Amino acid sequence: MDDKELQNRFQAQVDAEIKIEPKDWMPDAYRKTLIRQMSQHAHSEIVGMLPEGNWVTRAPTLKRKAILLAKIQDEGGHGLYLYSAAETLGISREEMIEALHSGKAKYSSVFNYPTLNWADIGAIGWLVDGAAIMNQVALMRTSYGPYSRGMVRICKEESFHQRQGFDILYTLSRGSAEQKAMAQDALNRWWWPSIMMFGPHDSESTHSSQSMKWKIKRKSNDELRQDFIDATVPQAEVLGLSLPDPELKWNEERQHYDFGEINWEEFWSVVKGNGPCNRERLAARRKAYDEGAWVREAASAYAKKKKEQTIAG
Amino acid sequence: MNNKAMLFDYVLHLADNQVIMAQRLSELCGHGPALEQDIAITNISLDLIGQARLLFQYAGKLDGRDEDQLAFLRDVHEFRNVLLVEQPNHDFAHVIVRQYLFDEFNFLNYQALCQSKDEDLAAIATKALMEVKYHRRFSRNWMLRLGDGTAISRQKMQDALNDLWSYPGEFFEMTGGEEILAKAGIAADVASMKPTWLANVTQTVKEASLVIPEGDWHQTGGKKGIHSEHLGHILAEMQFLQRAYPGQTW
Ligand SMILES: [Fe+2]
Ligand SMILES: [Fe+2]
Repeated sequence: MDDKELQNRFQAQVDAEIKIEPKDWMPDAYRKTLIRQMSQHAHSEIVGMLPEGNWVTRAPTLKRKAILLAKIQDEGGHGLYLYSAAETLGISREEMIEALHSGKAKYSSVFNYPTLNWADIGAIGWLVDGAAIMNQVALMRTSYGPYSRGMVRICKEESFHQRQGFDILYTLSRGSAEQKAMAQDALNRWWWPSIMMFGPHDSESTHSSQSMKWKIKRKSNDELRQDFIDATVPQAEVLGLSLPDPELKWNEERQHYDFGEINWEEFWSVVKGNGPCNRERLAARRKAYDEGAWVREAASAYAKKKKEQTIAG
Repeated sequence: MNNKAMLFDYVLHLADNQVIMAQRLSELCGHGPALEQDIAITNISLDLIGQARLLFQYAGKLDGRDEDQLAFLRDVHEFRNVLLVEQPNHDFAHVIVRQYLFDEFNFLNYQALCQSKDEDLAAIATKALMEVKYHRRFSRNWMLRLGDGTAISRQKMQDALNDLWSYPGEFFEMTGGEEILAKAGIAADVASMKPTWLANVTQTVKEASLVIPEGDWHQTGGKKGIHSEHLGHILAEMQFLQRAYPGQTW
């Protein structure tokens, strides 16, 4: 079969909603796009452990500490599934991690914002995990089999993440004046970065249309963003907290919320490395990896030794 | 001290061991040498928090305070944990050696407590023992891997073992109240566990191509509330919100 035929067969398979599996023929660009997107997704899970990890040792009760630890541990697990799913495309975890550490690979910019008070942990769970869920639910139907199955597994855990975040804010919003102020402060800082998580407008998004055609992406950035806002605004009302967008208003005609324009200058600036915590986040990841090098080397030396002993014995 | 006060003190000692160890391990969350170990260490931390909560809840039944008042509103001198668990995460070798020395003890201690005449303690110990079995398997395997891995890893492990060797001796010292409770079949007789603990540890250390450090002097004080300088910092961090905003619901 020539390339053209393979391409056509591939697209027909995608169009028929038959999942693409690792051994199937796929266009190079499809493979590259998936590697970029899945590794970026995996990196986001791992880097995302850092801002929340910042409050683990200071969680206010033992129960909150346990919930937060379990939540962060889940994110580590998500990173693991996603790295292994990406490995089916012919790239190793080490290569992906090196690309992260060199700055070549990206991760979700939202994790470049700092967690300054306890309510930030609530805001991350409710908004950041909430936005991630929107994205990941759509990705359960993505065309690449291992990615799609990974998403099904991950989505099962995500709703607990969002609930625990909402619950933190709910408790604070019914607490003392100081606690309410913490919660409001957290929302003021996390609302816009969460909205930005869906990426540039569809008209500005470089990879979008091809990804939609390949059904890697199932919903556009703007659709997902609107879904998220529509779902979240009523929840903010339950909390009795305000969202920092004066233009946020129900539009009866559209049956959607209208909202203000995102500060794209800030968005691109953080993507390019100039957010409040970009340097710290990468430095923390590199430090853990570098300091762990002797551990990984020892583990593989030991495994090799044991294997040789078994063969000899 | 009456019986109730002795029991309270004893249960706190058990709870404090778990909560401080868990707190130390939780500092590593997101910073492990590889994703798999990061997850495993967080898991141990989670188990220990769960055990601490059950123990604090039981202590609270004797005293009227709740688990968070006990964990977050006591000062350094009121903590009864052994000194080993408050030692810092100097490097992964120290983390593993600290964990392993503690796990071998925690295992024997819970095993004995499963037979306690105090039904609450026996029930908590039975549940905890299942978890600690897994912790010990994890830390023991890493003792072997790192001890018998590369020359560098062996050196780091031997250094960690040398640094930490003066702490476990305290595990086997009994306070006056503990002795009375042990005679009554309530507390575990930790003094009698030393030979088994040492035999198990010696076996692992040997298998890991490491050597037991010389000398039998050991640090002491934790069980009586006299701690290393580290505990004050651990508590300052752990208790921050409860201290800064007293009496609030979180
Ligand atoms: Fe996740
Ligand atoms: Fe999550």
